[in-house]
Amino acid sequence: MRLIGEYRERKRAEKLLHHIRSEATGDYTFMEVCGGHTHAIRGFGIPGLLPDNIRLISGPGCPVCVTSRSFIDQAISLAGIPDHVVASFGDLLRVPGSHGTLEKAKASGSGVAMVYSVNEAITMAEKNKNKKIIFLAIGFETTIPGNASGVLEAERRNLKNFFVLSSQKIMPPAMKAVVKGGTRVNGFICPGHVSVITGSRIFEFLPGQFGIGCVISGFEPVDILFSVLMLVRQVNRREPTVEVQYSRAVKPEGNIKAIKLMEQVFRLTDEWWRGFGIIPESGLQLKQRYEFFDARKLVPVNVEESEDEGACICGEILRGVSTPGMCPLFGTGCTPSDPAGACMVSAEGACFAYFKYRDHG
Amino acid sequence: MADKSRNILLGHGSGGELMQELIEELFIPHFGRPFPGGLADSAVLPVSSLLPVFTTDSYVVDPIFFPGGNIGKLAVCGTVNDLAVTGATPGFISAGFIIEEGFPVATLREIVISMAMEAQSAGVRIITGDTKVVEKGKADKLFINTSGIGYMDQKHLHIHTGKRVAYGDLIIISGYTGDHSIAVLSARESLNFSTPAVSDCASLGGLTGGLLAKTDGIHWMRDVTRGGLATVICELVDSKDYGASLVEPSIPVRETVASACSMLGMDPLYLANEGKVVMVADKKEADTILKILKAHPLGTGAAVIGEINNIHPGEVVLSTAIGGSRLINPLSGEQLPRIC
Repeated sequence: MRLIGEYRERKRAEKLLHHIRSEATGDYTFMEVCGGHTHAIRGFGIPGLLPDNIRLISGPGCPVCVTSRSFIDQAISLAGIPDHVVASFGDLLRVPGSHGTLEKAKASGSGVAMVYSVNEAITMAEKNKNKKIIFLAIGFETTIPGNASGVLEAERRNLKNFFVLSSQKIMPPAMKAVVKGGTRVNGFICPGHVSVITGSRIFEFLPGQFGIGCVISGFEPVDILFSVLMLVRQVNRREPTVEVQYSRAVKPEGNIKAIKLMEQVFRLTDEWWRGFGIIPESGLQLKQRYEFFDARKLVPVNVEESEDEGACICGEILRGVSTPGMCPLFGTGCTPSDPAGACMVSAEGACFAYFKYRDHG
Repeated sequence: MADKSRNILLGHGSGGELMQELIEELFIPHFGRPFPGGLADSAVLPVSSLLPVFTTDSYVVDPIFFPGGNIGKLAVCGTVNDLAVTGATPGFISAGFIIEEGFPVATLREIVISMAMEAQSAGVRIITGDTKVVEKGKADKLFINTSGIGYMDQKHLHIHTGKRVAYGDLIIISGYTGDHSIAVLSARESLNFSTPAVSDCASLGGLTGGLLAKTDGIHWMRDVTRGGLATVICELVDSKDYGASLVEPSIPVRETVASACSMLGMDPLYLANEGKVVMVADKKEADTILKILKAHPLGTGAAVIGEINNIHPGEVVLSTAIGGSRLINPLSGEQLPRIC
């Protein structure tokens, strides 16, 4: 695999590792809050290459993982109504709700379809005017502008059968919740794709209010090792700040057009995150002007709320206080083929990444 | 009667006149009349001093046409390959069709023609078959089952058991991995990649036959289908006293496949192929084998990707581009349905 070759070059990685080993004189815990980073860190075997005094932990960076059971329950209920089709990203289909998954609902005849984008759901709505298509909008700042433009497109096409069930979330409030919750973190490996949209300034409160350094990182192994080195240096200098390692894609001001799109269509709301509960002003729902598309206004769905996770410790893992290996279910009662918790479902989930990419030796 | 605007009716699977018409007009002209009486319910096969090898597989790929092939070509290639990697020379194939009522006859003909062409180039004959038609909505367009019989020299019996696999042997793949999955997925989901992925769907009988004729250095072979390279190698070392190490940067993956994977959160090591063989070979013969592979049109991308060792018995360890290492598990949970 020679994709983006120079960022996977062994020589460059070894040089960075040499610097990290010689400069890392204390103990460091860095948290990544992007599922893409979790996947890359485990996939390239980075933890095994770092010295023991640098610990990388995963935070609430996988959108599927932080989605509530009640959101899944709601989607399953909607899918069970005749002529209603829930259009969902593939990952979400296997996330356990209180009494099953969308995948199981589909197998027993409910209207569930897998899509790769909001555009597919819109096309589906246009082709099936006799059906109500409900798009499950999950994700962070990376996917939200796309969802926003989807809503505007549905309005432009005057679609009366397209709806959005939103559990969209934004990242900075969750990072604040991690720190305020008492998880000991010396630095954040900040999400590269989110930052392409939002810009780097949204993380400035972390060094400003909490004295924690941030490096916005790319997704290749050399990017990640470089970011780790930058964080080590920030800690050593005792000068926490926001630095951009992923400067080939991230600008301080972000993508202004995309930000405007989000602001035009969605409004900030309090939102429930697995592991954290309600985080104030961390979610995005449709603005009043676009309420017509809100699936929650479609039909009142009564689902018995249950956030009981049993023995699953996904919540603790998402807060960074536990690692997947500490879960009694990990690898036995919870595997990718039969997941008990959301973190084992998505390729970006910490449990999935730890299971799939077990260190060797 | 011209195929245009003709559709398959329930009667085409009835065993009556309509079915006879389909056989005479569609199957016989392309598959040929191998024995007196045409495509009979049973075919009588020649006796051979070689060992007969038997296999079967069903094809439900969605969509039925994809870049690089269709369900018919796939059905022939898949069955030929199952025989070929056992060390056998593929000989005869059966074809069972389950067709959804209303399926266009012209499309069926197109699929039958590509089956006939693939069979011809693979040197196998389609000698018996069956047609069933189910009501509209009770099957998705077309499913095909193919069984195959091949013949194998006694001296190649060890290839499918892997009895001769030993420490120090090298692991070789015949080319780029993951093309088929991404091609089918991109056709199914209308994903547009700047360089379109094309399925590697091909019959490997010529390639494996050529290898076995020229070297005794092959200790094990498998076609890399569902579950991908990772799963196949895991199955090889499972409960054995040897393990396998793979070197990630040496595994051939096309840029289109690699970028599709990073976009869709998939791993090329778990993607299906329909024209790739992975083998374990005697180190001393590896150069010869690579040379033979690279000289064949289906083996131009061949590469040594790893080694059999005694360091971690029963386990597959991948060393990554930057020198990290991780354990490889068989495919679990993530899968693309109806990929073949």
